[in-house]
Amino acid sequence: MTSVKLSEIRDLLNATVQVGDDKLNTSVSACCAGDLMSDILRGATQGTVLVTGLNNIQVIRTAVIVGVAAVILVREKLPDETLVAHARKHGLPLLSTPCTMFSACGRLYEKGLRGVEKQVYRSGLRKGITGNP
Amino acid sequence: MPDLERRFTIRANDFVNAGEVSLEIQSILKHIGFNPALIRRISVCAYESEMNVVMHGGDGEALLKVSPNSVTLVFTDQGKGIKDIELAFKPGYSTANLKHREMGFGAGMGLPNIKESADSIEIHSEEGHGTTLNIGFELEGDFG
Repeated sequence: MTSVKLSEIRDLLNATVQVGDDKLNTSVSACCAGDLMSDILRGATQGTVLVTGLNNIQVIRTAVIVGVAAVILVREKLPDETLVAHARKHGLPLLSTPCTMFSACGRLYEKGLRGVEKQVYRSGLRKGITGNP
Repeated sequence: MPDLERRFTIRANDFVNAGEVSLEIQSILKHIGFNPALIRRISVCAYESEMNVVMHGGDGEALLKVSPNSVTLVFTDQGKGIKDIELAFKPGYSTANLKHREMGFGAGMGLPNIKESADSIEIHSEEGHGTTLNIGFELEGDFG
């Protein structure tokens, strides 16, 4: 599996590092992109970089819940102080790139990163749903 | 491992803090020492459920129970209830409003994601009288 360092991703996407200058040696092996948090919750996992256009506090919480390695905001979106504070608190690297979502993903794919389709961690309910008839 | 029981309050439409209860639950599970895959499953269920309470449930609470053989999450709210439970579990079905969507929610994947991650789900809901969602996880050597 290809692994790419955050410092390489920063250069590849002309990104600025908003949080996590000390973590640019971290390697990621997959990418998950989207603006819908429940889609991210389904796919992303440890060692994944999250590319998103959503610039609010729920992005940080979603990223921490699934344990992604870094978050990249597209279209030159800059995080506000609250977002930066939360990312720092959780030790989550946060980058901002001028690329669009499509271009950012394209460059990362070209670099060898792949999606999270194969990382489905578990399948289905063992006992079914009970409750209301 | 000692039994553990913790209760958390969740406030309706409190988007400033929405998700913090789940992060605290995740932190407790990490402290206990469960493996990352199990922690991920439980955390995703907690977060989706917490967001459901914040967005649709009115005020409510979360209960985390850890026993030697299982972990249980119970979310109880006094909100508007679910009209059609089967429909609510259908991927893509959503009743989220514009505000929820601006926050990145409303994909219609909340309950489907919970279904995907849980070992058991018990749901009781009545229109106008709130919802109780009980999510179970079995422990089978899930430490380390």
